[in-house]
Amino acid sequence: MKSFQANLIIILLVAAAAATGYFFVSPTGFGDQVLPWRLGLDLAGGSTLVYDVDLSKVNPSDYTSVLNGLHDVIARRINLYGVSEPNVTVAKNGNDYQLLVELPGVKNLSQAISQIGETPVLDFRTIGTSGATSTQTYVSTNLTGRYITSASLGFDNLGRPLVNFNLNSDGAKIFQDITAQNVGKPLCIFIDNAPVFPADPNGSCPIIQSEIVGGQAQISGSGITQSVAQTLVERFNAGALAAPIKLVNQRTVNASAAADSLKNILIAGLIGAGLVALFMLFAYGKYGIFADLALLAYILLSLSLFKLIPNFTLTLAGIAGFILSIGMAVDANILIFERMKEEFKKGASKAAAIEEGFRRAWPSIRDSNMSTIITSAILYFFTSEFVKGFALTLGLGVLVSMFSAIFITRTLLKVFIRNHA
Amino acid sequence: MLNIIGHRKIFLFVSLTLVGLSLLSMALFRFKLGVDFSGGSLWQVKIPATTPAAVKNFFESDLGFKGVSVAYDAPSETYAVTLTQLSESNRQADLQKLKTQFGSGVQDVDFWSLSPSVSSELASRALWAIFLVLIGVSFYIAYAFRKVSRPVSSWKYGLITLGTLFHDVIIPAGVYAALGKFFGASADTNFVVALLVVMGFSVHDTIVVFDRTRENLSLNRGKIDLKEIVNRSVNETMRRSINTSLALVLVLLALYFLGPQSLKYFVLTLLIGTIVGTYSSIFVASPLLVMTEKKNK
Repeated sequence: MKSFQANLIIILLVAAAAATGYFFVSPTGFGDQVLPWRLGLDLAGGSTLVYDVDLSKVNPSDYTSVLNGLHDVIARRINLYGVSEPNVTVAKNGNDYQLLVELPGVKNLSQAISQIGETPVLDFRTIGTSGATSTQTYVSTNLTGRYITSASLGFDNLGRPLVNFNLNSDGAKIFQDITAQNVGKPLCIFIDNAPVFPADPNGSCPIIQSEIVGGQAQISGSGITQSVAQTLVERFNAGALAAPIKLVNQRTVNASAAADSLKNILIAGLIGAGLVALFMLFAYGKYGIFADLALLAYILLSLSLFKLIPNFTLTLAGIAGFILSIGMAVDANILIFERMKEEFKKGASKAAAIEEGFRRAWPSIRDSNMSTIITSAILYFFTSEFVKGFALTLGLGVLVSMFSAIFITRTLLKVFIRNHA
Repeated sequence: MLNIIGHRKIFLFVSLTLVGLSLLSMALFRFKLGVDFSGGSLWQVKIPATTPAAVKNFFESDLGFKGVSVAYDAPSETYAVTLTQLSESNRQADLQKLKTQFGSGVQDVDFWSLSPSVSSELASRALWAIFLVLIGVSFYIAYAFRKVSRPVSSWKYGLITLGTLFHDVIIPAGVYAALGKFFGASADTNFVVALLVVMGFSVHDTIVVFDRTRENLSLNRGKIDLKEIVNRSVNETMRRSINTSLALVLVLLALYFLGPQSLKYFVLTLLIGTIVGTYSSIFVASPLLVMTEKKNK
């Protein structure tokens, strides 16, 4: 009985893989230390914010540096609020760029969220004259907040407040040009398109004393009071945004509500799987035992598979998709067992009926799962992020279930039924 | 053996009535679009011991929102309030006012806010997904029935399979329109996904029945009446159809009653679709096959 031994070895291997899978997918202990589950927003709580980045005023060659700057500034801001493991990513969406901010955790995030939204756009403008009446107008320069690397509050020898700031090398060049061309003229600072010193630009804006080389400068003047200086330093340091951003998508889930969702769906999944297992026992007797063993192996193996997918994030919809696939996983076994019953009726021997049942049920199993796989694939590739989790678990689940229902059940039946018969 | 083909008129009448009612429900009630398709905010708040009317009134008169709609889940005392887009700082202020009005039991559960640009993109992606699934499934049906078969031509199997697919999608959609009218269920991405999954189920059930019909037809070519062969095929596959959907229904029932509240309507749509899909694969598809053949003779 060579094939008997081979099949027994296969069963032991599958059992070993499933047992390893159990420890691997278990939310505590070994599996959690090796590779913890990544839980989505709806299961762990937290916030996801999507910002559209307005790059209309940025040179395409500067996109990368502007986006990197945005990313760093926002990450720094969030860190100020002690949010654990914030995740900030830049994504291209068609021709537009979006900034994705994920804030996991249990803390009250509202302050951090408000703060990101309020981050100002900062730039420098000179004053020019236009028209016959020589009205004064602000003239935009290329110098924006993204070139500022650091700022600090200082005092001159008369004890008047001043702001020290440093520019990076690109900013230093721009600053040198501006200052060279405008010696003796005011240079105004704008935050969110509003001047910081609104009263009289010529009087309150800092006056350029001389051409400044090297990107180190001081701002002082009548407009620079202690509180203005303080604000400027904060704004400079927090990092002004290089380009305006707009919040277009926000989702915030309360952590305890998310924990409830997780608990509920796990209970529903366990009960659902238990009901399916009982149903198979009632409907197919001892064959049901084998289907149930295959189902158990299926659950453990596919959960392990999900966990091994890089960056796989488990969401509520993802778990729902997997639970659905549990209900569908037994379909293949039902098809096979029904075929086997027919073969028994025709008077076939047990072994022959099993072989024939598997052989003739296979085209139906393949065909009937194909439409669900097609649907899952389309959903995965063409819809939004949060449908992806569902499509992935459902589609992969159905694929793995074909393997488990056929391969595992068949091997089990070969070993145990043939020798009883 | 059940005489399904013999009683085909009753079964088809039931189906036609349900489809008719569903179309009527959709025409009368329309769909209440979810925020993910229409833009705005969906705020779920747990507010103990009050009524949907009181919550709606508070949002409109005290917080100054217009066109607020409120869906209520009784077991969890959670209200899903649809609003215009709302900034985080204003939301926190409103949450404080809610706590002042309804007590400290008020709990922020889930907040989702989207700009019209995002929602229109989501809506167009959903439409694309529906379109592509329809195309993909149609191609698949054509592929599944590609072999020439006698006496029934292949395209008839395909067309009927596609017909039952619409049947299986229209009925849960009609129920959903009514749920939207009376319980505030909104047609969102989850709803679209549920319908697409129902399409997948619907097709596979029907294909299994028709596969058996073709097998039996080729085994008994010309010997027995078509009606009898079709009836036998349906009976042979009926246990499988019912058992398969029973397994799925058990899982869905567990999800519906024990699962999280946010998935209730999604699960309900799948549940209705699964049951209707099983019905149509047994009681609609095969009777239609017999009827198209009769007309030709």
